[in-house]
Amino acid sequence: MNFASKQMPAPPSPPTCLPWPREIVDRAGWLAFAESLSKGERELLSLWGEPSSVHMAVLEEREPRLRIITLECLEGCFPSVGRLHPPALRLERAIRDIYGLRAENAPDARPWLDHGRWGVRHPCNDPEKIDSTKDSYEFLPAEGEPLHQIPVGPVHAGIIEPGHFRFSANGETVVRLEERLGFVHKGVDHLMTGASIERAARLAARVSGDSTVAYSLAFSQAVEAAFDVNVPPRATYLRALMAELERLANHFGDIGAICNDAAFALMHAQCGIVRERILREAANCFGHRLMMDRIAPGGVLVDLAREKVAALFTLIEWMELMTPRFIALFGDTTSLQDRTVGTGVVSEALAKQYASGGYVGRASGRTFDARKAIGYAPYPQLKFEIGASKEGDVDARVWVRFDEIKASLRILRQILDEAPEGPIIAAWALPEDWTREGAALVEGFRGDIFVWLRMRADGVVQRCHLRDPSWFQWPLLEAAIKDNIVADFPLCNKSFNCSYSGHDL
Amino acid sequence: MQKFLLQGLLRRALTEPAPIPNATSIAELGYTLGRTARQKLGRSLSIREVDAGSCNGCELEIHALNNAYYDLERFGLRFVASPRHADVLLVTGPVTKNMREALERTYAATPDPKWVIAVGDCAFDGGIYCESYACVGGVAKVVPVDLHIRGCPPDPTTLLKGLIAFVETMS
Repeated sequence: MNFASKQMPAPPSPPTCLPWPREIVDRAGWLAFAESLSKGERELLSLWGEPSSVHMAVLEEREPRLRIITLECLEGCFPSVGRLHPPALRLERAIRDIYGLRAENAPDARPWLDHGRWGVRHPCNDPEKIDSTKDSYEFLPAEGEPLHQIPVGPVHAGIIEPGHFRFSANGETVVRLEERLGFVHKGVDHLMTGASIERAARLAARVSGDSTVAYSLAFSQAVEAAFDVNVPPRATYLRALMAELERLANHFGDIGAICNDAAFALMHAQCGIVRERILREAANCFGHRLMMDRIAPGGVLVDLAREKVAALFTLIEWMELMTPRFIALFGDTTSLQDRTVGTGVVSEALAKQYASGGYVGRASGRTFDARKAIGYAPYPQLKFEIGASKEGDVDARVWVRFDEIKASLRILRQILDEAPEGPIIAAWALPEDWTREGAALVEGFRGDIFVWLRMRADGVVQRCHLRDPSWFQWPLLEAAIKDNIVADFPLCNKSFNCSYSGHDL
Repeated sequence: MQKFLLQGLLRRALTEPAPIPNATSIAELGYTLGRTARQKLGRSLSIREVDAGSCNGCELEIHALNNAYYDLERFGLRFVASPRHADVLLVTGPVTKNMREALERTYAATPDPKWVIAVGDCAFDGGIYCESYACVGGVAKVVPVDLHIRGCPPDPTTLLKGLIAFVETMS
């Protein structure tokens, strides 16, 4: 990053959000958006707060694909979107916990991220000191003679993140699952405010470790949009290279882990080898196995050395050889299919309502992919297909991931063949005039990651909102497990592989 | 499936070769660890991993210890599903306040003798989250820590090295 002294003339424009303008609406306008969401005319992308306002980002059918609206909350409350459109419910609960703004007439007034242990209430808006005691939390009732409850977590049996699952079961059959999250809430919103660009970039890279490349990319794109920075073409290709390596490593690792949860250890062992080879190659090419902190506003920090390209091609060839074998192994093993087919079904209607991204949405008929829909560089130049299915079960989510593996391999070849030479980071300066706003929507392996930020002209973050795709996938897991047996929960859960850290923030 | 199994039988294992004296290969690191654990404990070492607020990066690398390249179990080191079965708690994350009680209770549920290894920069002192209202900031502020393995995240080789250093100094 180059923060050379400012040379640019100050543009005489008021602060606006780029590339999608932010519109101020009144209560009626806000409610009109909420109603259109409930009718399915738009899709909810995110909902977030500031001390005296709430913002909503929505996806439109037509251009511009993305709209951001703002409602001033003069009396500390705003009309509930969740009342009309349930996908907004948890986001509204989180806004209340962090910013203290209340969603009027919201059907669920329970806290979400705040477990009563922080020592403060609404820490980002006029914090109120409290005694750090554990709040009681009432789970939704499930009543009936033979029902019993199974509490699971926050500490789970595997090497995974913490969260609590409350099952109500009738014998073996799950009647209701309720998730209780927030255990890994680290206060990222609060830490972001007042952070320098460098520190904010490090925080963004650590929102969810498995998506560190995607988060760095989303954050960087939002900063670049805000400050109108042009990223050199080579940097966009290297970013896509890292993003696709990350996607492949996660898809291979997860396909193995899903099969392992159906007691098919062979696939787990084989996929683990592929994942390890990808991570070793990433370390060889970019100096870090997960490629953390390699993408920065303006470009990338590490160039791909010419002599490393051959090793990458070798890896790609080997993955191209192995992928059909894995597909045959998965598809031809009937005992495995017996576990995955028809298990944990998510309906098309629900995937559409929740605007679920990634393989969760794509396995249930929602074909959104930010690489195509938003089309950030270099993806419009690359040829690839998006995997899709309408079955919505564990099996479909695995097949979509196989499709995405094939697509990523195709993308990698094109990147290595077509990546132009040139600089890898733009020399850009802070304008030192206006406060700027930027937004970005980036396709991580799990789905679309949304970032909106407002930065002071001296490069200090005023507010940075990072929305993980898991926000719109976790609720669907509750729906997917209903009427399945308790023993299939790990399988369903792994087929979603939602992020706890990205969600809890 | 037969193809994979046949290849598994016919091909040389991917696992890094058996330890050679004085070599610092991954295999030797692990071998030393396994041997020392058996000497000191009279049996293999059971590890229980606890995520106390990590970004999941540390978990990914801890997971990798189980893959064919590192194959941790061949050294008598294994991850167990319950603190009741554990000798060592491997704790990651800056310890969020929402996870503090869960960590304390997991520690209490682990039978003596027990040890705690804090993995990652966050577990050391809270890392980039150290100023947060939502984090305690470092595992040592909640349970006694016997060893820190630094890194963001530490790679599998670093993890193995750290585990050895721990077993060798184990009292």
